[in-house]
Amino acid sequence: MASDGHGSERQRAASRRLSAIAGHLRTAGQQQRPQVAGIHCKAESSSDGEEAARSTTVPRRRQEVMKWNGWGYSDSRFLFNKKGQAEFTGRRYRLSGMVLPSLKDWFESTFGASLQHKSPATATLNASAVPFPSLNEAFLQDLKSTGIPFSHEAEDRVFRAHGHCLHEIFALREGKFGRVPDLVVWPNCHEDVVKTVDLACRHNVCLIPYGGGTSVSSALECPPDETRCIVSLDTSQMSRILWIDEKNLTAHVEAGIVGQDLERLLNESGYCTGHEPDSMEFSSLGGWVATRASGMKKNVYGNIEDLVVHIKMVCPRGVVEKSCQGPRVSIGPDIHHFIMGSEGTLGVVTEVTIKIRPMPEYQKYGSVVFPNFEQGVACLREVAKQRCAPASIRLMDNAQFQFGHALKPQVSSIFTSFLDGLKKFYITKFKGFDPHHLCVATLLFEGDRERVLQHEKQVYDIAAKFGGLAAGEDNGQRGYMLTFVIAYLRDLGMDYYVIGESFETSVPWDRVLDLCRNVKERIVRECRERGVQFPPLATCRVTQTYDAGACVYFYFAFNYRGLADPVNIYGRVEHAAREEILANGGSLSHHHGVGKLRKHWMPESISDVGIGMLKSVKEYVDPDNIFGSRNLL
Amino acid sequence: MASNTLYSPRDPALKKRDDFEDILEERRSSSDLRYALRCYVPVVYKGIAPCKPGVLKTAVLQSDRLRHVVAEMSKETGESADVIREEASGILEEMAHRLRLGTVRFFAYSLSKAFKALFQRVRVNEDGIQRLQQSIQEHPVVLLPSHRSYMDFLIMSYILYTYDLSLPVIAAGMDFLGMKIVGEMLRMSGAFFIRRSFGGDKLYWAVFSEYVKTMLRNGYAPIEFFLEGTRSRTCKSLTPKLGLLNIVMEPFFKGEVFDVSLVPISISYERVLEEALYARELLGVPKPKESTSGLLKARKILSEDYGSIHVYFGHPVSLRSLAQGRINRSQYNLLPRHIPRRPSQETQAFVNETAYRLVRLQEENMVLRPWVLVAALLLQNPDGVDMERLVEQTSWLRGLAVSFGAFLDWPDYVSASKAVASSLALHTGLVRTEGGRAQLAMEPKEPGSPEEDLFDRAASVLSCASYRNQILHVFLRPALLGMAMQMAEASRKDDIYSCFSFLRDVFSNEFILCPGGTVQDFDEACYMLTKCAAVHVQKQEVVATEKGQRILSFLTSLFQPFLKGYQVGPAPFLELVDYPRELTCYEALSSDVQKNALAALLRMKVVRKLKV
Repeated sequence: MASDGHGSERQRAASRRLSAIAGHLRTAGQQQRPQVAGIHCKAESSSDGEEAARSTTVPRRRQEVMKWNGWGYSDSRFLFNKKGQAEFTGRRYRLSGMVLPSLKDWFESTFGASLQHKSPATATLNASAVPFPSLNEAFLQDLKSTGIPFSHEAEDRVFRAHGHCLHEIFALREGKFGRVPDLVVWPNCHEDVVKTVDLACRHNVCLIPYGGGTSVSSALECPPDETRCIVSLDTSQMSRILWIDEKNLTAHVEAGIVGQDLERLLNESGYCTGHEPDSMEFSSLGGWVATRASGMKKNVYGNIEDLVVHIKMVCPRGVVEKSCQGPRVSIGPDIHHFIMGSEGTLGVVTEVTIKIRPMPEYQKYGSVVFPNFEQGVACLREVAKQRCAPASIRLMDNAQFQFGHALKPQVSSIFTSFLDGLKKFYITKFKGFDPHHLCVATLLFEGDRERVLQHEKQVYDIAAKFGGLAAGEDNGQRGYMLTFVIAYLRDLGMDYYVIGESFETSVPWDRVLDLCRNVKERIVRECRERGVQFPPLATCRVTQTYDAGACVYFYFAFNYRGLADPVNIYGRVEHAAREEILANGGSLSHHHGVGKLRKHWMPESISDVGIGMLKSVKEYVDPDNIFGSRNLL
Repeated sequence: MASNTLYSPRDPALKKRDDFEDILEERRSSSDLRYALRCYVPVVYKGIAPCKPGVLKTAVLQSDRLRHVVAEMSKETGESADVIREEASGILEEMAHRLRLGTVRFFAYSLSKAFKALFQRVRVNEDGIQRLQQSIQEHPVVLLPSHRSYMDFLIMSYILYTYDLSLPVIAAGMDFLGMKIVGEMLRMSGAFFIRRSFGGDKLYWAVFSEYVKTMLRNGYAPIEFFLEGTRSRTCKSLTPKLGLLNIVMEPFFKGEVFDVSLVPISISYERVLEEALYARELLGVPKPKESTSGLLKARKILSEDYGSIHVYFGHPVSLRSLAQGRINRSQYNLLPRHIPRRPSQETQAFVNETAYRLVRLQEENMVLRPWVLVAALLLQNPDGVDMERLVEQTSWLRGLAVSFGAFLDWPDYVSASKAVASSLALHTGLVRTEGGRAQLAMEPKEPGSPEEDLFDRAASVLSCASYRNQILHVFLRPALLGMAMQMAEASRKDDIYSCFSFLRDVFSNEFILCPGGTVQDFDEACYMLTKCAAVHVQKQEVVATEKGQRILSFLTSLFQPFLKGYQVGPAPFLELVDYPRELTCYEALSSDVQKNALAALLRMKVVRKLKV
């Protein structure tokens, strides 16, 4: 994997990295690359009037490349082929086109599922089942005069009526639609947003900003009792990098750009933001800001709150922004912190100045096997204490380790399989690790070569003190791949009566183990009590380390055969799991946000006075509740 | 499977209980030695490998909690931390158990011999054992047996060994360490020793609670202690002590364990070994100090017949289910968990309530022998009663007790006359049967001074009362209602309720009456008396029926000794002027009644304690 660090290597390293993590878009239909450009200003491009000539990863008509009732690209999906082997279709990912021989056994034994029992989704979107739009004619008239593109086609509206919560996707697969937006608009730049918000205020229209649509907090759900016309404000066409400042290492970017475009465009100039949330293929910069996102490499680059230098947001009350780009200021409570995490309740983020870094010259994956989860957590705690965490360090529990193993592609040579056997023998027999207890930490190092190697040694030395054995780059890389394909895997599960989702929390170090154990046990118990016939998959990993605690990520899935209302049961179990998290000192959310799914717990999380503070801001910024998604409060 | 149903179903008579097996049966037919030496592989919590006592001690001494307390004390007293740590280590040394299988086997052998000599049967509900076995694998288990005799914890360990279950570690009083060799042997069979009082000793408390919690968190072994704190000399359940219960609950509150299973266990003796001793103790003769020589002297009891023992393992109660909606566990989020702090009021109330519930569960599953009914009747007829009448009354009382939910060991095929006869036969020391009449044995064997005679008479009444006491919990609530109806002298429900509430308050040191449960108890009493058609409960009124007279008068006279005892009991302490010269109620002499009555008066602020 290692590159030599020569200048010519940089581009190659960059593209390799992206293909490994984000997955390249190699659609033939994509004739033209998105505009890069610091020089092209937005005024120019919109005065061109050549909208059609511009194209980004995310077209206005998302349905052209993406699934309407599942995750990601239409051409990429898991399926069990005629031989009963799992394979991943398409050509976008490293895993694409590969056969995964052990997935079926894992799937069947973990969930008690069977390939005989299928629960297929409705194939096509039945437009007649979508509620008729209730349009505000006066608004529509004024909107037309601005020239901002819009649509009230059923498909467009359905696409923007949901995020990726289980209940949302499940309903789509059944062809059921609740309240959907009445209109979708695609502003092209900040000015367009100002005009749209202005019109919305004038005609009392409800606005729900839409970025990448990857929300998992019901934040995009339209309030069913909203009687006003709901307009989905899709920022996807605002995806230009407006300028790059190499002196201060910042870039000024339109908020609708999705993660993979931002990284690719910056990479072309030799830079990166380093912000890589698991959803980075589809999630947008504005969405990150609005939900307080976190990227897997935050140890080097920071979370979104560390990355933003300047934010411009359009609110009903006007445009809010700071007047300078000072790296730190003491001018009262930071107004950025009203914006970050506001989840579309105050306004639309239109432009962001974000820190950039020169692309790392060298990148290396790694992994460590620990005899048990306890030892692994102790090691991560020590790494955090010594503040020497690599760009990413994650610890998977045993169930997730086995899950990852089930995703191993077909081995090409006897030699490799022999080697695998040997490794397994060494760890389980020679070192005495119990295959039902051992767990794996995956690592990603970044920086200049020398320092990476030094860093790597330091981390492996610490790991050794906790009984950890280095287990190779391959295991590490596969671990990260899991996070990018997991959402596709959920769709596969849903084809066979298995439903599931992930949720996360952050928790002080001393409570990590207790929380993980109790939450998993609670899930198992709740499922049993609610009549789930087969034991669920409840697994977790520690995904981020901080000075004072860690972020823990749970996967939870079960086989719902025999249940009358699986989604309801799923929701109750997840609710119970969240209660357990809170009772064990965990937070309401580390980076998914609150949305509508978790707002029930807001008062106990931030106190009544805290709620009052947020309410009074909302009151002033948006007195008529134009941004009426009703998230958070 | 842990259950979250704490209260018995609405109709107590329908309560389903398990059947019993006699574990001595097999002992009588096969080798005790082989039994003691057999392969013993108990199931353990989540398959954890049990750690050695030494490892456990180190874990306790190095715990955050203890380090915190040591550092704090060192700051306060100026003593060096090493010295305090040394002290802590000393405390732990004195306290800790040293469970060794060898010793356990020795006990298994010798107890087999002893039990066979002492008892006809040791009967255990095997369904309860199976539930326990399941629980042990799922969650840390706390065993909560009732405490009537020194035999209790020996019996417990013996049974668990017999059924191949993990041996418990048992909280025992320090007094046992006074017994040479035996104390240490108990230690090696799993007992750990705690001082009776250590109120202000922070270090002791820290070592003790951390020791118990460490064992619980690691699922090291089931933890066993007596909620009642000490042996009940009167065979009534004692008001629960909360210290240890608080300690075993804390790991759950703080999220250190997913759940804790609390298992109430009822051990009932047909004849308590300490029968005679207890009566003397209640009359003011100090408890003999635990000593090995005393134990050896006591071996003469081996020649007597003590009937059967019934051990009922109740349904494990899930602490998690109990705490659901009661305890907000996130209250522990803002303080590091190793820093000790007083439990919040809601927590204290919860622990208290749980303790009462568990003791009630112990009571409910306590097996009662027909003799208990006979004793109750004999005490109501101090001048004796015709056998015929006694049989009739016993039979009637049986019906009443069963309809109130008593767990009576009286199979249908045994006739009332047979049951009465065999009861009287086992307790010849307490009853005289002459000329077709049965009477409490009151006249002294050899006449002495009037004081000695009085003492002997009182002793036999109290012994007999200790059997009657076993069934009081069944009748307590209806009886309180009966007394309240008498007291109110009217049928208005409100008046009766307030009398009920007053009586309940007065007797809450005497009987297991959970604070705050008045309404529920009142409803329960009404329900039970309505069911046996003794009263009519209307919207505004409670009226006794014609048929109910017999029941009500039985109930009130059943509790009469306590009412009397409370009237005169505290008199000697309080120097009341109109102290009755003529004593008609021997039970008023019981130090237990006097102590409880005084405590009630103090609690109700009728009297005040002055330091002398």
